Amino acid sequence: MVNIAHFIPVFPFVAFWLNIIFGCRLGVACAYVSVGASAISAVLAVLVFMGLQAGGGSYVLTPWLSVNGHPISLGIIVDSLTVMMLLVVTIVGTLIQIYSIGYMGGDPRFTRYFAYISLFMSSMLGLVLVDNLFLLYIFWEGVGLCSCLLVAFWYEKPAAAAAGIKAFITTRVGDTGLLLGILLLMSVGHSLRFADMSVISAPEPLMVLAALLIFMGAVGKSAQFPLHVWLPDAMEGPTAVSALIHAATMVAAGVYLVARCYPLFTAHPLALQTVAVIGAISAVMAASIACFANDIKKVLAYSTISQLGLMMLGLGAGGYTGGTFHLMTHAFFKALLFLGAGSVIHAVHTQDIRAMGGLFNKMKVTSVTFIIGALALAGVAPLSGFWSKDEILTAVWQHGNLGLFIAAVTTSFLTAFYMTRLILLAFFGESRGAHKAHESPAVMTMPLVILAFFALFLGFAGSPWAHHAFQRFIAPEEGEVALDLGMAVASTVIACAGILTAFLLRGKFLGYKEGTCALIENKYYFDEIYDALFVKPFHRLAAAVARFDQVRVDGVVNGVSRCVQELAQASRSLQTGLVENYLLAQAGGVFVLIVVVTLVGKLCHIF
Amino acid sequence: MPYFLTAIIFMPLLGAALIALIPAAQVRSIRLTAVAFNTAVLAAVVVLGLNFNRHTGLMQCLEDRVWIPQAGIHYTLGVDGISLALVFLTALIGLLAALASGGIVKRVKEYFLVYQVLMTGLLGTFLALDLVLFYIFWEAVLIPMFFLIGIWGGPRREYAAWKFFFYTLAGSVVMLVGILAVYFSVTPHSFNMIEIARSSSMIPGGVQAVLFLMFFFAFAIKVPVFPFHTWLPDAHVEAPTPVSVILAGVLLKMGTYGLMRICVPFFPAGAVLFAFPLAILGAVNLIYGAFAAFAQSDFKKMIAYSSVSHMGFVLLGVAALNVTGFNGALLEMFNHGVITGAMFLLVGVIYDRAHTREMSAFGGLASVMPRYAFFLTFMSLASLGLPGLSGFIGEFLALAGTFFRFPSIAAVSAIGLIALVALFLVIIKKVLWGKPAGHASYPDMNAVEISVMLPLVALTLCVGFYPQMILQFQTYAVNALVGLL
Repeated sequence: MVNIAHFIPVFPFVAFWLNIIFGCRLGVACAYVSVGASAISAVLAVLVFMGLQAGGGSYVLTPWLSVNGHPISLGIIVDSLTVMMLLVVTIVGTLIQIYSIGYMGGDPRFTRYFAYISLFMSSMLGLVLVDNLFLLYIFWEGVGLCSCLLVAFWYEKPAAAAAGIKAFITTRVGDTGLLLGILLLMSVGHSLRFADMSVISAPEPLMVLAALLIFMGAVGKSAQFPLHVWLPDAMEGPTAVSALIHAATMVAAGVYLVARCYPLFTAHPLALQTVAVIGAISAVMAASIACFANDIKKVLAYSTISQLGLMMLGLGAGGYTGGTFHLMTHAFFKALLFLGAGSVIHAVHTQDIRAMGGLFNKMKVTSVTFIIGALALAGVAPLSGFWSKDEILTAVWQHGNLGLFIAAVTTSFLTAFYMTRLILLAFFGESRGAHKAHESPAVMTMPLVILAFFALFLGFAGSPWAHHAFQRFIAPEEGEVALDLGMAVASTVIACAGILTAFLLRGKFLGYKEGTCALIENKYYFDEIYDALFVKPFHRLAAAVARFDQVRVDGVVNGVSRCVQELAQASRSLQTGLVENYLLAQAGGVFVLIVVVTLVGKLCHIF
Repeated sequence: MPYFLTAIIFMPLLGAALIALIPAAQVRSIRLTAVAFNTAVLAAVVVLGLNFNRHTGLMQCLEDRVWIPQAGIHYTLGVDGISLALVFLTALIGLLAALASGGIVKRVKEYFLVYQVLMTGLLGTFLALDLVLFYIFWEAVLIPMFFLIGIWGGPRREYAAWKFFFYTLAGSVVMLVGILAVYFSVTPHSFNMIEIARSSSMIPGGVQAVLFLMFFFAFAIKVPVFPFHTWLPDAHVEAPTPVSVILAGVLLKMGTYGLMRICVPFFPAGAVLFAFPLAILGAVNLIYGAFAAFAQSDFKKMIAYSSVSHMGFVLLGVAALNVTGFNGALLEMFNHGVITGAMFLLVGVIYDRAHTREMSAFGGLASVMPRYAFFLTFMSLASLGLPGLSGFIGEFLALAGTFFRFPSIAAVSAIGLIALVALFLVIIKKVLWGKPAGHASYPDMNAVEISVMLPLVALTLCVGFYPQMILQFQTYAVNALVGLL
């Protein structure tokens, strides 16, 4: 069953072309094309999952390209990590597409939306299936493109158009690192296959550099410090897109990449340590910003950066299972939270949580599922987030670096805090807007309920009651796993502390005066710094180059032509018509010729 | 198939003869004749490709006749993996540009006469294997192009045409001296390009270096290599759409083709000596072109400068002097012809409607012209090197080749990759995104415009998904070329 895996991305890809070419004629039916294709992929993914019991493996479809004598084949890898990603992407993707039928209903570019989503699905599925870095890079850029197109989906809005471009260019900075890493790995390691990652032998500094360059790609895609600035802006896209691409799947691709190249990182402690530190910085920084954000989507966006940072931290601390487990659980509950936020925005037509309030009674399904998602994110036992976050905390603790552990604990605390704040402001208290909120249609709430189910129970796959099925599945070679009870208690206490703090401070949220924590409220001024450091100089440099080109380079060209003309004018006066002058010139010319011929002869002799 | 290459080269000229017989008033028949002959050329090239032996690096379909025995000049033609893709590109772009010449309404008969002569010159340049014959075809391209820009061009057409003419001529003259010098440096004296490449070791290193530079000068102007590129934006801005398409799609490749057909195999020692400066020039082209393009306000100038940038990849690939780099350079030449040709067509489409190319005059066209938006987005993505589309593979191979030889230059070139992304995304944003203002009445692309675009889209997709489609033809020729070094 495993060798049908390569068909999984094909269906969404066909759906993309169907919708692009026949979209106008299909009308609303194009949604069914996309959802259907995605559902078929999900079924295939489940089949592959069941077939995996008989053993995974990789197989080559066709040789594709040869670089420097090394073949790059269209190869497929099917192992537990890939299958986990396949399941996450297809299941979450299908649910979000069903939700989109309602959420995007009535949009003039409804068909275009589903076309892009299908293209995204096929790229994302291809990304997790291929067995080497080069092909991964191709799909990596593919998902980046879809992200850009979907962020700028409402391109009439200048903010959306700018955000789309910012997303693409910022991630491209990271991707360029990835590309150089690929080239370096190819030239010193002679293989790009993931299966060979553990056996590549090359000089240590070069391998560390390669690992760091690859990680640079992951930093861009997973919106980690210092390339995180695009993700909050990307919230300009439709909320369902934020759920699918900017929460559950694409941004997790960076974590996937690190997990996929894990042997490369573990072999070089410096690289692994960098992953942990970058993850820790991102986690704490983003979580702190989320505490002050008032836009419901921005809170979730910073939360995503923070949680991805936590996954990176887990991986960097040696917690392979923790990082991948959290990737999986996070995909479900963060998708749930975004879709819930979409449902809320759909109802109240504002994204400012200060203008919401009292939605609990008006939107029961949305509220309950959202709270489930928030509790899962906060890491309250026994919801899914608890189990995976606990794994990470345990790994970081065992790693032994106290600073990293404090970062992880702080993140957990802040996460519980800002989610509680968000819920208190949005769903409870007095209604503060002039809106008439109502529950969303079933096509939107049904996916919420299903995702809430996952948020509730998925964590049990990694619990002692399921005999740590997830851990044995994802890393069978790691042997016995046991729940660290002390850590579980500590983690619960931290989460509860965060929630409690938010409850205690709830009276102050609305009356909070802006500017008290200007540094954090302004997102540590990253946008302003980058603008001054990169964007403006880029524009200035381009203008300078263009001016230089016109004035200097072309000026020389035109100058040469003017010189020739003037020389011609000047030489007219030589034609005096006096024979004596010509004879004199002739004699001089003969003399010069003799000198030149002699000299050249000598020079040639030397050569 | 005896004389098959001769037939391919002179078929356009035959068309010209026929067009000359048609009264100038019968514009429709003239257009049809031109299209018919260019279709025939394309068909013949496809037949050539189908019969091409992919498992040899040697010249195929060789034709060799003594032409001017007193001077040792032969009429020698042949095709190998290095020229085949370019011949196909010439025939394809030639046909599509002829189809896209509907906007030419002035002196149609003369236009197509000159156009057909240009096609013969281009095909001949890529197929000639005698240096004098090569030079004749090289010059035969120059003159029709001069007229095409100078007569059918925009307001500053005469300035642009003269600039193009003199600039290229300056290069050609140096090349002519170089050709004579090469003739006398090999024994037995020969203009035969296969012979010269075979006996290149006879030429002393110092002479190789000098001759390399002489030929490089001629080719650098054509490519164009910084700082010899300023004729290009002027020529492009003034040239009518189909001429721009040929200019970018085919003409620039004469320069890079010359590098790979003459500079590298004739003067391998010179090539090795100058590989590093050449790579630096490639990186400069790449980055400088992208930055200069970014600051332009004229749509066509942006694409023209982006061509300078893309040719930087080709230079990098050539400078790498390895199989990967050469493969990348050749593939990038082909892809650039397809993609940038399409970009100039698209600029033409919007110019026909807006009668301006100022970027600030556009915006929001995605809502008004959805089909145009699709094609422009698609081709912009291909231009910025999106993996999965053809541009990426050539760029990647060229960059990889460079990386294996000069890692630092490849790393610096990465700046160009980011700049190119910024450039084409900004084009998409400025032309397509935003709210439509004042141009809500533009009609979307018509059937002719779309049918011209479709083959280019198909090639971009197919080569992107299956690069072997082109690479398989050049493998042996590239290996043979590297073997000479």
